[in-house]
Amino acid sequence: MATILETNGLKKNYLSKPALRDITLRLDSGRILGLMGPNGSGKTTFMKIIAGLQKPSGGTFAVCGETAGVKTKGLVSFLPDRNALYSWMRASDAIDFYADFFADFDRAKALDMLGFMKLEPGQKVKEMSKGMTEKMDLVLAFSRKARLFLLDEPLGGVDPVARERIVSTIIKTWTEDSSIIISTHLVNDVERLFNDVAFIDSGEVILTGDAETLRSERGKSIDQLYLEIFADR
Amino acid sequence: MSEFDPNTPIYAQIVDSIKRDIVTGALKPGDRLSSVRERAEALTVNPNTVQRAYQELEREGVSETRRGMGSFIVERDSLIEDLKSEMAEAILDGFVERMRALGYSPRETAKALSDRLAKTKGGNA
Repeated sequence: MATILETNGLKKNYLSKPALRDITLRLDSGRILGLMGPNGSGKTTFMKIIAGLQKPSGGTFAVCGETAGVKTKGLVSFLPDRNALYSWMRASDAIDFYADFFADFDRAKALDMLGFMKLEPGQKVKEMSKGMTEKMDLVLAFSRKARLFLLDEPLGGVDPVARERIVSTIIKTWTEDSSIIISTHLVNDVERLFNDVAFIDSGEVILTGDAETLRSERGKSIDQLYLEIFADR
Repeated sequence: MSEFDPNTPIYAQIVDSIKRDIVTGALKPGDRLSSVRERAEALTVNPNTVQRAYQELEREGVSETRRGMGSFIVERDSLIEDLKSEMAEAILDGFVERMRALGYSPRETAKALSDRLAKTKGGNA
């Protein structure tokens, strides 16, 4: 099994405040990693660094064996937790925009997913609800032929029906030669998707492992484990 | 979304549900199991988890992989009986354990069970 992502002692300081202290993780191909932690624990910072949007203050990472740089950017598709589309765009404009921007963008797949998500190509971004925007962003992120998909809070503020569509789309998009990292604090809704989990707090990994192994060792769901770990922090 | 008990491994629950389907006749010997991806989508679980469940079924001799065609329930006459007794065993284990936890002796447990069966309509204890 190929390694998709390997990070070694990743650190990030904002001015003097440390956002990431020491993140060392490994993710094999075909696996889905749940990155869990409270707000401000460093999940978004971690993803932005892997996506190449921020530089780490220390440590290293490699995607498919390539060290950080232009090549890794081409291998990583990032779904930000904030909408990154211009409000004047229609769904079809957003797809064109992405297709121009990313050489690996699959327009046919994007249009297909748009239909599955019950979005209309002519719909304007500024008229989309929070759930629709989330679905639109997911369509764009998943239409690239990337090896590593980073989904930052893909379910935040989304109603249960949209949530189910998003979860189905994640399963449909899954392939054996790519990996997905999903950050969330809505653990209950997605824990069945995870192979690996990593709990992070104050920029540090405090527990990581195989989700099924943790369930049987501790006799608890990942959701319960999350509550137990973060209740006292 | 179908329901799982979140406290036990999901792959084991998938294994159990497929075995139940065989016992009830919803799946028959020789039937093809739906593909890993189909089942993962239907259950909204990670495809690796379904893969692991299929491997476990194969290890236990319940299914077999035919190259390029997928996984199939084995065609063995004793399969349903084997699965039934395995499930019955598991139910009994739990029952005996819980009765013991209540402080019932084996004799009391046996009596309670036969009394209960005698009361059940159609029971022939």
